[in-house]
Amino acid sequence: MKLKWISYPYIIWMVIFILLPIFLILFYSVTYSTNEGIGFTLEYFQRFFEPIYINVLWRSLKLALTSTGVCLLMGYPMAMILAGKDIKKRNVMVLLFVIPMWMNFLLRTYAWMTLLERNGILNSFLGLLGLSHMDFLYNEGAVILGMVYNFLPFMVLPIYSVLIKIDKSLIEAAGDLGANVPTIFRKVIFPLSLPGVLSGITMVFMPAVTTFVIPRLLGGGQFTLIGNLIEQQFLFVGDWGFGSAVSVIMLLLILISMGIMGKYEKEQEGGGLW
Amino acid sequence: MKKLAKLVLFLLVAVMILSGCGSSKPTLTVYNWGDYIDEDVISEFEEEFGVRVVYDEFATNEDMYVKINAGGGNYDVAIPSDYMIKRMIDEDLLHTINFDNIPNYKYIDEQFKGLGYDPNNAYSVPYMWGTVGILYNKTMVDDTVDSWKILWNEKYSKQILMLDSQRDSIGITLKMLGYSLNTKNPQELEEAKEALIAQKPLVLAYVGDEVKDKMISGEAALAVVWSGDAVYMMRQNPDLAYTIPDEGSNLWFDAMVIPKTSKNKELAEQFINFMTRTDIAFKNTDYIGYSTPHTEAKGQLEPELLEDEAAYPTIEDLVNSEVFEDLSSSASIYDRIWTEVKAK
Repeated sequence: MKLKWISYPYIIWMVIFILLPIFLILFYSVTYSTNEGIGFTLEYFQRFFEPIYINVLWRSLKLALTSTGVCLLMGYPMAMILAGKDIKKRNVMVLLFVIPMWMNFLLRTYAWMTLLERNGILNSFLGLLGLSHMDFLYNEGAVILGMVYNFLPFMVLPIYSVLIKIDKSLIEAAGDLGANVPTIFRKVIFPLSLPGVLSGITMVFMPAVTTFVIPRLLGGGQFTLIGNLIEQQFLFVGDWGFGSAVSVIMLLLILISMGIMGKYEKEQEGGGLW
Repeated sequence: MKKLAKLVLFLLVAVMILSGCGSSKPTLTVYNWGDYIDEDVISEFEEEFGVRVVYDEFATNEDMYVKINAGGGNYDVAIPSDYMIKRMIDEDLLHTINFDNIPNYKYIDEQFKGLGYDPNNAYSVPYMWGTVGILYNKTMVDDTVDSWKILWNEKYSKQILMLDSQRDSIGITLKMLGYSLNTKNPQELEEAKEALIAQKPLVLAYVGDEVKDKMISGEAALAVVWSGDAVYMMRQNPDLAYTIPDEGSNLWFDAMVIPKTSKNKELAEQFINFMTRTDIAFKNTDYIGYSTPHTEAKGQLEPELLEDEAAYPTIEDLVNSEVFEDLSSSASIYDRIWTEVKAK
């Protein structure tokens, strides 16, 4: 315990940049200020429960769940392919997965705009094939595509890291005892990889439900998600009280979903990324 | 004791990192609209005056106001529009300008002095002016474009780009409905909100500066744009045309002001004087395409630009147009309408 002081910078960091802002958000969300002073109010929370904002929450959850589902469906087979390769190839492939993540996320999202627009690369290609133009950009599909593209590695990597740790002899034993391939997957591989799946789901769902850049760029500002609502209140409208209340609700949602995930993960005896 | 010394050491390091290493050159921080200056002008100012310029951009007046009001940024010079200047004056967010430091002020056309937002010419130096109108692609639109109503025409579904700016979008909707764009009447505003929500399925996207790329490359048929951007886009793509609808529009003025966040007022005044110098004002006007209130710079412009009614509209074009007024306490109704339209 002699090295305890090493943690001081982190503690200072936490207090200034995590605890203090959270406290400020809580404070703004339940107070109003007039010339006479500051008072307590629950009006901002009340306002959030108007149908229009519940609709925003619902839309965020729907889009985030859809993209998490797509990520899982695409990511799991991808992770299995990666884990099945021999170690040399595997490392190269993982590197190929990680390299795009070194590029700025905003740039990559802008690149999608050029690909998807009406006179964009994808549509020119369709034109060459003699097909009519399609509207890829500025719809829900584009927003989901942006989320899946940006967050897919966060699904693949935790699942992959759990899969490569599975004891091969368990799979062999199952085979020796007469289980066919689908049964081995169902009874052995999938249950053992569950911690990775859960942490993958968490790591995709959290950023997807809070993102505001993707819906603005690829959705053309029409699909207000909860992240956009918060951004708008702080940056353009200046209604910090309402913005804070929405942030608090968001925070609660994330804590609840982390709690649920955490419970499962404990039962499965960890192994995910966090 | 040793423990305490270590803690102190860490705190010191933390403070040093947070405060950053100071530079010896004086710094000027400028807050301007996106894509609203010839960037060479900034480095010229840096060289001539031996200072460092930190240049920041905003997308809407509200955006800028929220940041300055929150005390962020330490801005020395900002370039907001008329109604926002009025609001900032009323809320005591601006320094009065010492015009002895701005001799080039004499080049500003008299008709741009003493306007409603700053009647005593104490707080602002005009930078540019212009209108809001419809930019359309002649190859994609076969109706005559003379009314805001065309933006509600289902024929152009998913071909319309709207401005992601609350005052402008609500303003043109009010004009379309035949009301003043400064209305505080809740019923008229409610109607505008309903109209904007009804229009939403037809809108391709709510955009800011991206509108330029989109319209030049023919991604959309119609867009609500500011006049100077229209001049720029028409230069790039001759199929585009700009019109101010008959119902009237918004006539606006952007001016340079010194927010109270400024720590170096004199340098800010030098910058404003520099921006009003004939060669610099010409450079900016030529580059961004907006209409200049600077008499000398205007004289140097190419005659075809001066005849371009998008850039320098005639009085008849502006007969129904209004200047935005500060909404004071009604501003929050506009905020709320825009939040609801976007959230729908």
